[in-house]
Amino acid sequence: MKALVWEGANELAVRQVPDPQIRNDQDAIVRVRRSVTCGSDLHLLGGYIPFMERGDVLGHEFLGDIVEVGPQVRNHKVGDRVVVCSFVSCGKCWYCQQQQFSLCDNGNTIPMITENVWGSAPGGCYGYSHALGGFAGSHAEYIRVPYADQGAFTVPDEVSDERALFASDAAPTGWMGADLGGVKPGDVVAVWGAGGVGQMAARASVLLGADRVIVIDRLDNRLEMARTHLGVETLNYERQDVSGELLERSGGRGPDVCIEAVGMESHSSGPQFLYDQVKQQLRIESDRPIAAREAIYNCRKGGSVFILGVFAGLVDKFPLGAVMNKGLTLRGAQQHGQRYIPMLLERMARGELVTEHLATHTMPLDEAPRGYEMFKQKLDGCVRAVFQPTS
Amino acid sequence: MRWLIGGAVVVAGGMVARRLLGGTDQGDGHWQRGQTRRRRPRWHMATVNRPANDVAPGGQLPEPLAGLGDAVEVQLRPAPGDRGTEIAVRLRDGSRLPVAAAARRATGRDPEQAIRAALRESKQLIETTEVLHPDYPPTTEPTPMNKPLRMATQQGRREGRL
Repeated sequence: MKALVWEGANELAVRQVPDPQIRNDQDAIVRVRRSVTCGSDLHLLGGYIPFMERGDVLGHEFLGDIVEVGPQVRNHKVGDRVVVCSFVSCGKCWYCQQQQFSLCDNGNTIPMITENVWGSAPGGCYGYSHALGGFAGSHAEYIRVPYADQGAFTVPDEVSDERALFASDAAPTGWMGADLGGVKPGDVVAVWGAGGVGQMAARASVLLGADRVIVIDRLDNRLEMARTHLGVETLNYERQDVSGELLERSGGRGPDVCIEAVGMESHSSGPQFLYDQVKQQLRIESDRPIAAREAIYNCRKGGSVFILGVFAGLVDKFPLGAVMNKGLTLRGAQQHGQRYIPMLLERMARGELVTEHLATHTMPLDEAPRGYEMFKQKLDGCVRAVFQPTS
Repeated sequence: MRWLIGGAVVVAGGMVARRLLGGTDQGDGHWQRGQTRRRRPRWHMATVNRPANDVAPGGQLPEPLAGLGDAVEVQLRPAPGDRGTEIAVRLRDGSRLPVAAAARRATGRDPEQAIRAALRESKQLIETTEVLHPDYPPTTEPTPMNKPLRMATQQGRREGRL
């Protein structure tokens, strides 16, 4: 089959790879209809996650049709149109039963890497390096889906491919940030990052009853998108005083909930960007936590900060003093999608959650390297590039 | 950029090597006092999200653990907070020199690696009825750059902190 593979840092190619096979009785094979870029792929693409091998297939956010099922798959049959959670989770271990699906004990076939690096192993993730199981990604014609009854969800007929695609990762990730961040009616919520996940976190905050939701970014097209499609306020950090504006818009208190949806390659218009960029390139720190620092600094006393952006390792100048002395609740997670996807599909069917606008560029899989270049460089207003491997 | 990736792999490899030689979590309590510093086998633990009757029905351990035979001691006890059952496994035989243990571990012949794999596989069998396999056939290819990573991932379930 044809797939987009990682050839080395910032090197991608579309080439033939072996077709996936059923390896466990609970597996399904899915023919991919749509698969979309995610900002966290850029960390893999750029070589910031040193657990990639030449030939690894990228992609973790996708939907498609089931073409084969293992003998223990009960809830799905060949022909089902499904959206698949990006995390591989068994649904049976203690963490899954606590609905913390991305922490699954059984979803990662190579737990030794993350046990040594982070202390414990989270579940697996498609196309997300050998640290998270080494599963082939979704930028391919076909993909193997382990624990298919747990991770694949039938898409209601009234929800289009274009909308349902984002129920795989961006929408549940964003929802989780608002939900576990503790957003409640009357809150002021600030979201750093107007990419797909940040926009979904902002929309979730609105739907959970927040009084004001403020999205912060530097790209005007994304901020315009947030105002138009999500009905939220925005701040451009290159032209506006973020700290002052957040105080002004929250009665001098600071936001109740601050959601960081940027991750380890954060930008800034200040000198700290140069500082972090130099340290990251020299591998003195692995991640640039600029937006995380700002979220902690600007959060109200006793407020909540949720880290949705992907971080891999170590950061510098982390404001632990602010966390402690302001009594903040600091939390983060990879997405517990199985917890939210059925509800999100229902909201998509009712029109409460729209996502099509995120797919700014749609193209055949053959053009995926160009799609990633546009996505990475944010060319032509690219927010997400969607690939159609079997169109 | 390639040298940066290589450097990161070396750092990760160093962390693994440190663990192979009895890393930080081993603690003084795992070292026997005496003229020679020997490592006493520690308990390897896993918590299975099932009651003890499901873990060892009729006293019969799951096959991966039963296959270790008399070489290991196995204890079961209820996990607190309704978390299921804790399985504890350790080698029966005596203490070992850390360098010899590290050499066996590096060559994949350390019996404690077999314990880790048996614990992980038993837990998966009990909780999910099967052991999750990696994708096959692989889409990747060996290169000089990824050789250390491929060596490490081959020990995926046999290594780690368990």
